[in-house]
Amino acid sequence: MSKVNLERINKLRDRICAITPQGSVVLMEVCGTHTATIARSGIRQMLPKNVRLISGPGCPVCVTSAADIDLAIEFSKLPGAILTSFGDMIRVPGASASLSQARARGSDVRVVYSVYDALSIAEANPQKQVVFESVGFETTAPSVADAIMEAKARRLDNFSVLCMNKTVPEALRALLDMGEVKIDGFILPGHVSAIIGMKPYEFLPAEYGIGGVISGFEAEDVLLSVAALLKQVSGGVKKIENQYSRVVKYEGNKAAVAAMYEVFEPCDAFWRGIGLIPGSGLRIKYAYCEYDAQKRFDIKVSDSKEPPGCRCGDVLRGVIEPGECPLFGRACTPDNPVGPCMVSSEGSCGIWYKERKPA
Amino acid sequence: MCLAVPAKVESIEGKTAVIEFGGGKRAISIAMLPDCQIGDYVIVHAGYAISKMDEEEALEEIELWKEVMDNI
Repeated sequence: MSKVNLERINKLRDRICAITPQGSVVLMEVCGTHTATIARSGIRQMLPKNVRLISGPGCPVCVTSAADIDLAIEFSKLPGAILTSFGDMIRVPGASASLSQARARGSDVRVVYSVYDALSIAEANPQKQVVFESVGFETTAPSVADAIMEAKARRLDNFSVLCMNKTVPEALRALLDMGEVKIDGFILPGHVSAIIGMKPYEFLPAEYGIGGVISGFEAEDVLLSVAALLKQVSGGVKKIENQYSRVVKYEGNKAAVAAMYEVFEPCDAFWRGIGLIPGSGLRIKYAYCEYDAQKRFDIKVSDSKEPPGCRCGDVLRGVIEPGECPLFGRACTPDNPVGPCMVSSEGSCGIWYKERKPA
Repeated sequence: MCLAVPAKVESIEGKTAVIEFGGGKRAISIAMLPDCQIGDYVIVHAGYAISKMDEEEALEEIELWKEVMDNI
């Protein structure tokens, strides 16, 4: 699948033109990697004019609230602490600063590739408290659960997790309940689905009459998923389909789901741009509470405000396109980001900025 | 952030596997893929294998392609 097959792409494009219904069709992708594929491969330009692709809350970095970022910054100021985080997180501004600015002011902030790297840092620095800032959807959460179980087994008492993990299906429900944007179908995230499988999305057709296709990440994958959604929209049965069956099984990864719910339980979580979504977060269960950084260190932040003028929230709900934000490309650029959607490699604004036509 | 890459499992020791991708080697966790075997292609995300990958599955052979192209 790594080589682009033009013949297949042309076939798919012709088929899409043939089955696209009259009237406007809006399809939402909820994975930053899909956003990147769509922009890089010029998929928008291949589709009929009445088919619009919009991005949803598919970037875990982007949906992390300013308050959560401020909380991580407070943790990085603890004496003798090492704050570990994924690379995309450290440049996202909170209310007044980012983790990278905290690092410049003397905090020990380290970028890790995985939670296991944070575990190794804890092992190598027994005199320090290592806190892992855990953001991510269901794709990432099982590894964090595994690391917490590992820490418990190895009695590693200088490792803890600042848990900000979120789950995707609840966010889709919240978005539909808000009713701001007409959505005719979802391009569903391939790697989240590799963990949770297909069942958690079945409420979409059953309760909202909207279908979804779990999609892979090559241009051909996304085009095929778009074609399948268009077929559903033009009179087909609304259902959840699996285009990424080479990776995603109906039941998902049972071992990963079991690990996730051994350590975590659902909680309400605040999403940037959407607000509080019931049951959409993960918190550490009582049995593992000694690894919960918020229980270990009593740190709270007062109200954090989102940056003034920033419309990341509207972008994350698909209400506006990145270019419609007055700050886009002017006050907010990848070198000098105001909002998270410009920072993350999977944020819509950053991706649109990179792929924009030169002025 | 849910970016993940396919890689081939070269060796396994307990819950750790060494994978090869892009000409390099890297140790990853296979704790969430208990039936992982040497030679399998796995999808790796943030230091662990999230799923096996069916390397043989061609796009035109999957059911969805046939459904979309109306040839089932």
